[in-house]
Amino acid sequence: MDLEAGHIVPYRTFIFVWITLMVLTLTTVLVSRMDLGPLNIWVALGIACFKSGLVIFYFMHMQYERLIFRAYLFVALLILAIFIGLTFFDVLYR
Amino acid sequence: MSSEAHKDYAGAKLGMWLFLFTEILLFGGLFILYAVYLFFHPKDFAEASNELSLFFGTLNTVVLLTSSLCVAVAVSALQKGNRKLTLILLAATVGAAVLFLINKFFEWSDKISHGIFPDSPILTERVPGEVVFFGLYYITTGLHGLHVLIGAGLLIWVFFLVRSGAVNEKDFVTLENAGLYWHLVDLIWIFIFPLYYLIL
Repeated sequence: MDLEAGHIVPYRTFIFVWITLMVLTLTTVLVSRMDLGPLNIWVALGIACFKSGLVIFYFMHMQYERLIFRAYLFVALLILAIFIGLTFFDVLYR
Repeated sequence: MSSEAHKDYAGAKLGMWLFLFTEILLFGGLFILYAVYLFFHPKDFAEASNELSLFFGTLNTVVLLTSSLCVAVAVSALQKGNRKLTLILLAATVGAAVLFLINKFFEWSDKISHGIFPDSPILTERVPGEVVFFGLYYITTGLHGLHVLIGAGLLIWVFFLVRSGAVNEKDFVTLENAGLYWHLVDLIWIFIFPLYYLIL
């Protein structure tokens, strides 16, 4: 079965992803030096989420794994989101 | 032959991912702490963050992203049967890990020589937000640094397994899982970098 043997990702794909990650790093440093007020943190987090998406889906092969891997990832991130949501629900309305 | 029949690649990788999720929740807890205190002390956090070296932070980001590329390509190389390239890339990744830790050493010793470390007399006199920022900085980057050390150890171990042929183009899940651990180290740094070094 192809899934068992493992999908061989071409070097090209990885190098392209790496270049994108470098460009995003440069972008996040440059944007952080501009004063956008509270927007700064959201832009920084947005870029960080996009970068981690690239790492998870390409470097970590999530793109080529079975659906169950993505379901697990979704559950883990959902639990983290619930933790964050409940914490802030407490902090903001205390 | 029977040992080969019992190999379960999907299971081995799924197990590794489950472990990585617990790591994400571990660091997630630290990031939640950071977020709550940032909410209470935005000005102090910005002040403290400006004292961290943007140069070393950016350099370490580039080092980790590049080392992640090396590991990713190393897996493909081994799958194609190019053992030599795999070994070169694994050695390069361990080199990157050492470089990362050297940078971290310079950063920490610079801060410590200025009297900024948990519970130091100079730090405790400063405003509460800055005390919390540096406390979280030390524990988060310290825990992350420990992961870099463990990751480098795993990659050295896999390096020898590949060299001896125990991990090869037909049986490479050990390399893949060690690689997954290394990518997680990179993943966490992707969030540490903007939160600690880039806050204005």
